[in-house]
Amino acid sequence: MSFFARFAQNRGALVGLIILTAIILMAILAPVLYPESPWRMVQRPFLAPMEAEGFWLGTDTMGRDVTAGLMHGAWVSLLIGLVSTSVALLIGVPLGAVAGYYGGLIDDGLMRFTEFFQTIPNFALAIVLVAIMQPSVTSIVLAIAIVSWPPVARLVRAEFMSLRHREYVEAARLVGQTHGTIILRQILPNTLSPIIVLASLMVATAILLESALSFLGLGDPNVMSWGYMIGAARTVIRQAWWLSFFPGVAILLTVLALNLVGEGLDDALNPKLARERS
Amino acid sequence: MTDATPVLSIRDLTLALPKGADRDYAVEEVSYDVARGEILCVVGESGSGKSMAANAVMGLLPKGVRATAGEVIFDGQDLLTLSEKQHRQLRGLRIGMIFQEPMTALNPLMRVGAQIAEVFEAHGKYNGRERQDRALALLEEVGIPQPDRAIRAYPFQLSGGQRQRVMIAMALALEPELLIADEPTTALDVTTQAQILELIRDLQQRRGMAVMFITHDFGVVAEVATRVCVMRYGRIVELGTAQEVLDNPRHDYTRALLEAIPSNVIPDIREGERPQPLLEVCHLHKVFRSRGGLFKPAREVRALDDVSFSLARGETVGIVGESGSGKSTLGRCVVRLERPDSGSLSLAGTDLSALRGDALRRERHRVQMIFQDPYASLNPRHRVGYAIAQGPMANGVPRAQAMRQAEELLELVGLGAVAVDRFPHEFSGGQRQRIGIARALALNPELIVADEAVSALDVSIQAQVLELLEELKQKLSLSLLFITHDLRVAAQICDTIIVMQHGRIVEQGTAKEVFLNPSEAYTRQLLDAIPGRAHEAAMA
Amino acid sequence: MLYARLIVMRLLKAVVVLFLIIIFNFILIQLAPGDPAAILAGEAGATDEEFLRQLRERFGLDQPLYVQLWRYVSGIAMLDFGWSYRQGMPVLDLILARLPATLLLTGTAFVLSLGLGILAGSMAAARVKKPSGSLIMALALIFYATPLFWVALMSVVLFSVYLDWLPAYGMYTVGAGHSGLAYVLDVAKHLVLPATTLALFFMAIYTRMTRASMLEASQQDYVKTARAKGLSPRVIQRRHILRNALLPIITLAGLQAGQMVGGAILTETVFAWPGIGRLMFEALQQRDYNLLLGIFFFSAALVIVFNIITDLVYRLADPRIKEGS
Repeated sequence: MSFFARFAQNRGALVGLIILTAIILMAILAPVLYPESPWRMVQRPFLAPMEAEGFWLGTDTMGRDVTAGLMHGAWVSLLIGLVSTSVALLIGVPLGAVAGYYGGLIDDGLMRFTEFFQTIPNFALAIVLVAIMQPSVTSIVLAIAIVSWPPVARLVRAEFMSLRHREYVEAARLVGQTHGTIILRQILPNTLSPIIVLASLMVATAILLESALSFLGLGDPNVMSWGYMIGAARTVIRQAWWLSFFPGVAILLTVLALNLVGEGLDDALNPKLARERS
Repeated sequence: MTDATPVLSIRDLTLALPKGADRDYAVEEVSYDVARGEILCVVGESGSGKSMAANAVMGLLPKGVRATAGEVIFDGQDLLTLSEKQHRQLRGLRIGMIFQEPMTALNPLMRVGAQIAEVFEAHGKYNGRERQDRALALLEEVGIPQPDRAIRAYPFQLSGGQRQRVMIAMALALEPELLIADEPTTALDVTTQAQILELIRDLQQRRGMAVMFITHDFGVVAEVATRVCVMRYGRIVELGTAQEVLDNPRHDYTRALLEAIPSNVIPDIREGERPQPLLEVCHLHKVFRSRGGLFKPAREVRALDDVSFSLARGETVGIVGESGSGKSTLGRCVVRLERPDSGSLSLAGTDLSALRGDALRRERHRVQMIFQDPYASLNPRHRVGYAIAQGPMANGVPRAQAMRQAEELLELVGLGAVAVDRFPHEFSGGQRQRIGIARALALNPELIVADEAVSALDVSIQAQVLELLEELKQKLSLSLLFITHDLRVAAQICDTIIVMQHGRIVEQGTAKEVFLNPSEAYTRQLLDAIPGRAHEAAMA
Repeated sequence: MLYARLIVMRLLKAVVVLFLIIIFNFILIQLAPGDPAAILAGEAGATDEEFLRQLRERFGLDQPLYVQLWRYVSGIAMLDFGWSYRQGMPVLDLILARLPATLLLTGTAFVLSLGLGILAGSMAAARVKKPSGSLIMALALIFYATPLFWVALMSVVLFSVYLDWLPAYGMYTVGAGHSGLAYVLDVAKHLVLPATTLALFFMAIYTRMTRASMLEASQQDYVKTARAKGLSPRVIQRRHILRNALLPIITLAGLQAGQMVGGAILTETVFAWPGIGRLMFEALQQRDYNLLLGIFFFSAALVIVFNIITDLVYRLADPRIKEGS
């Protein structure tokens, strides 16, 4: 069975993929459909959904178009989710690989380091980092990456530890391959499936983290994001619940879609497990 | 000795496998009886469906497997028609079962006594105090040392053999009429296996139970069977008394299986003066330490304790021992996957034990290894040709040339050059082991270490791979260090045998000396424990 | 004896971790753009020269770095977290005053999420492939994917604005002057929404984990042994599968402690629950970084204490750990 056929067997994953595609389209089409800045005030404030032509989701407290905000927010969410996950992988994969492959004191040292970051409450750490570095896309990406690499390192380490004594790895050592070749050619390719699955879930978590930071007012003041929209409308929740409602649904759908896709990837990449699980 | 009416009677049983399995039926039209007071051995290689009928008897068929025809008569009723609840009332009470893996068959979080008492609880027998007393009596009966302590122990505190005794105690707790033993000694060392077989035979005779004993090992069959049922691809090949089947097998497959068992006939040593040694191992020591904490003492295991021997060019030396004897550590030290603590390992004058880093890497091609597990020894993502060519390439041979060599090697081990472009999962266990051999040969090593190289294979495949090794030995005059737990395999292929126990060499000598005139008590004990030996001696 | 030794070990480790966090805080202040004194004081204090001078002196900001570090570390070692200019109180007093509310909220949410999560997870595991099992998992996935602060806001809209069942803000009715049982009931009523919202996310995690862990455990050989004994499915499920499946849940619960703090920050912010999470939000808004770092340090300490507890619980639950190794 092909990769996609196995993926598509999980109906939830297919739904997730469709939602995700729609959100990616939103992000791509945002500058086309709403070329103006989403911060621009275009109508009178507190316009309810469907109240005025062209403003399907209404306007916010300052008269900004909610639909425009949502579409531009999709871009920001996806961007921050992807970039911060990539940075976290860049930290976590090498650390975990080295710790798991060499073991011993190197492993001890690196794992203490990882545990330290795991002990620190990660959202609180992200808040402190962004607050002190000043909110910007860069500081948010860095903060999210810094709080989310430890699970990557632990996963990669565990995989490397179980694979490094696998007989084919020992055979590679015996024929005289260098450590670098063994890590990159023998072990790493065999750890990719769990890393890919974890990465898809991490993008979801990163989007949640970003929205929570923006909600608390720690978003980049120059970009429109879903979390900011909810946070800004918080005080008027009694008058205009929809201002918080729609961005929240957008976050929910994105995170849900990514989780569904992650589960589908898991089934497709580890076919044996999937059969046992169902 | 056997009663007329069978305790269990299986008639034309057919079990269908779920769609997408490698065949349609797990077993087809299988019929056999098990009578009171007899042990029926169901023998077969992996995939023969030998355990499936037993699972049907217990009502423990894996998900997706179902009976499509036939009946399983126990005490006048067809077990296949029972509801799960009715079936449950038979399990443990009238039919007991023990499994292959004693290490995982007990709940790790419950005390042994409580796990035995559960059998009584499941069938509403006795009260709390009495259950414990009976559990204690059972533990005594199955010969656990210090039963009053064992009853309060957790499974992890017991050895494999002891856990299997606990399993037997549980299966026999309510004196069932039928005991099903599914490969109960396969995971055990040979001396422990002998004890457990003894125990099962003993209990069976004392209680007059019917026993259905599932195994792949004809040696075990010869030890315990009253009658034998040989299975292949889900069908019965041969069914008869132990004597008939073992001494006069009618079917070719049974004969092939019996012939595949390495015999005790030891090939003569090739005469001639001893060439000078290729490998000299002197006073090798290796201690494994679990690192202690600030307050926790470190634990030490002496894996190798002053081990010395030598191996001549063209010679095959067998290292024999039970698990924990240090035989694998010795092999891993020789190929330098482990670093010995002290002592020397000299290969044609180079001391391998002293090398590190790049210097070691450059010498590695001189000693290669054939691994145990055919499924773990090949990288699932690499094509077979590349897997073999990796070695020469790492040592500077151009890719094209290395790939050509790989093709030649695949021909040599009997797989054909077309195998180069395939992935490991397309091959069977025996074929993969041939690939492993080709990989070891690719670097023209001076010495090959084979670590339990045929232990994971079915006996007929094992015979083929041993034959291949023998052939290659002659053709390429290989020097071989052959590590195995199986004394018969060692007898067949080795010139010299070294017996190890607790990290020390107990005895070494030519294969003939060690097998026919063992001088040490431990060697004799090992030899006596080989299942089926008495039968073979009688035959000879 | 074993436990005493373990606790000592873990406390030593905790001290090391906390020390590292102090250094981490110190580095953060150094790395931040601008005058460290101004950062510590926050925007509000920046105009007050007297306060800045006081800060420079206290942290020795005109001294070499190692002296600064020493002052900072020894200050915190003496439980001196400094002064919050904006609130006009010592940071420690502020935190201690808000701590009970946070413990009440997170404790309730923890018990709620763990209990209901294990229950829902085992129900889902027993109903694999059945619609009811799939429904539980679908709900768990949705709760897992929903931003906590958004659930909080929406529950305010639904349960206090539209339905008017529950109070939306604060911990007790201001000015009601309740005492005794009436006070407890009043607090409990205020607790319902925040604790439930906070619990939902974690409940989703425990549900998913329990189900996976139970399915894994049900594949083990000892379950087959239990069936061969003739035990009923119910007993097997509870005594053999669930007990073994709970071990990884304990580990997970320990790991979730840090997340719980993060969740508390958001929930307390939305519901104006007077805990240290809300305090953190206030510190953020007022750019009171000294207070922010104090809370950060304190929340890490809380997580460490909780981790030690889960470690002890794990050791109680798994006999294999007591014996050496």
